[in-house]
Amino acid sequence: MDTRKLFILPLVAIAAMFAYAPYAIHAAPYESTMGLVQKIFYFHVPAAMAMFLSAFVCGIASAVFLFGRKEKADRLALSAAELTVLFGLIVLISGPLWARKAWGVWWQWDARLTSTLILWLVFQAYLLLRRYGGPGSDRLAAGVAIFGAANVPFVYWSVNVWRTLHPPTNVVRTLEPEMMWPFMWSAIAYLGLYGLMLAARYRLENRRAELEEIYLAAED
Amino acid sequence: MKRNHILRDPRALMTAIAMIVMLVISVGPASAQQPQPDQDGYVAVTDLDLAQEQLPAAPLVMAAYAIAWLAVFGYLWSIWQRLTRVERELAEVSRRIQPETRR
Amino acid sequence: MSFLRTVWLIVRKDFLIEARSREVLYTTLFFAVSCVLVFAFGFVREGRPLEDAASGILWIAIAFSGTLALGRAFERERQSETLRALLIAPIDRPALYVGKLVGVLLLLFVVELIIVPLVALMFQAPLFDHALLMMGLLVAGTIGFAAVGTLFAAMLVRARSRDVLLPVLLYPITIPVIIAGVRGTAALLEGDPNIAVARMWLSMLFFFDVVFVTLALWTFEPVMTE
Repeated sequence: MDTRKLFILPLVAIAAMFAYAPYAIHAAPYESTMGLVQKIFYFHVPAAMAMFLSAFVCGIASAVFLFGRKEKADRLALSAAELTVLFGLIVLISGPLWARKAWGVWWQWDARLTSTLILWLVFQAYLLLRRYGGPGSDRLAAGVAIFGAANVPFVYWSVNVWRTLHPPTNVVRTLEPEMMWPFMWSAIAYLGLYGLMLAARYRLENRRAELEEIYLAAED
Repeated sequence: MKRNHILRDPRALMTAIAMIVMLVISVGPASAQQPQPDQDGYVAVTDLDLAQEQLPAAPLVMAAYAIAWLAVFGYLWSIWQRLTRVERELAEVSRRIQPETRR
Repeated sequence: MSFLRTVWLIVRKDFLIEARSREVLYTTLFFAVSCVLVFAFGFVREGRPLEDAASGILWIAIAFSGTLALGRAFERERQSETLRALLIAPIDRPALYVGKLVGVLLLLFVVELIIVPLVALMFQAPLFDHALLMMGLLVAGTIGFAAVGTLFAAMLVRARSRDVLLPVLLYPITIPVIIAGVRGTAALLEGDPNIAVARMWLSMLFFFDVVFVTLALWTFEPVMTE
């Protein structure tokens, strides 16, 4: 019950940030060539940041579980994998909506889009393995997650190495101040939200493990 | 078999090779192919006529935001549901077990 | 026992078992050829193949038959419980992994020896004009695919519904390898072959290979330990 109280303060802070974000984004200036639709940027990129962070968390936690044999790391990895899929879904839905207006097509088979989709599929596969792999699948899934996380640098660099339609990552660094401010705002809100959701999901997994232990103890 | 000798353990050898390859790639052709910065940044406009003209984009932006909010809060709600179910089961099980252990 | 000797013994064991029945070789070969034929029916219109179809078909055939071969190779180990015996034996896990990987690679190279000329013939693709570069792409791509495939097939031996899960796990992770292979081959098949682009994809494949083999060597031991 104590941990639930600890959630309240960050939850309120992040909810406030999240509620304010649309106003900040609304106040941000229009982009010269893309206009209004460019505002998807303020949700699309932070969600992508949360997705990549989550993939890394899952990969590192899986490595800790695999080489250090810590059960807790495995629970964290499972939570992070689910969140990777969730934030990936936001990225993969908001992206085409933006592309429809900016490029005139819903989807483009370029390196960036393709590799983000691949990353999303890898973590979807991870969840499938956890669900249908049967006993012992936690260790196998950890192996998959390490390979999935190793894919992330390829995804990140792909847009800079190959020429694509997708805006390069340095667009964030070169943002104008009045665009930078709402962007930072929503990025912090998204990453805070991510941390909160990860903590909540991790707690769920811990409680499940406790329940499992009680059942096992009762059987003996 | 000695584990710590780099030439004996293939994993250490392969890791060393991977490090060297990554070093070569990061300073080699990959960085040479990077596009010129600066020219790709977004440019802000203050002209509101342009905003009027671009209005058909509004449903797309709204849809993107709605889906992001729905996904996040739907997921939070599902965690909440699952957590309360587990908590309820935990409380029930520990209540059932407690009298037995006391006996 | 030295590392290379262990690898050699495992490869020899697999080769001797396979040489007796040739089950995996024949079924995989037949599957690869029928795969190419199915694509031929799908993509050849009025006697003319589609532009750029050859490289894609070649790599998809390799990936599909590779998955089949991986599944069969480890199914045999599972049925006779020999993988458990190998894991109990006092040998290094990385040596065991490399031994199985070399076995799968040899099998896939034989398959490629048949289907590359077949694709060249049926899709009028000049696959042999830059034979050395083409061979480099095939070897590097197959190593990348098999390195991940061997690890996943080995660890799925104990899992439930392993037949479905192998492609489910393997394809998303090896898509970068397939893309690099297809693009590199396509660059060589253009009317005016683009050597620089093919070289770029080859170095990309090489990079993938090094990273994936290193990761697989490290993860094989903890994943296979119960």
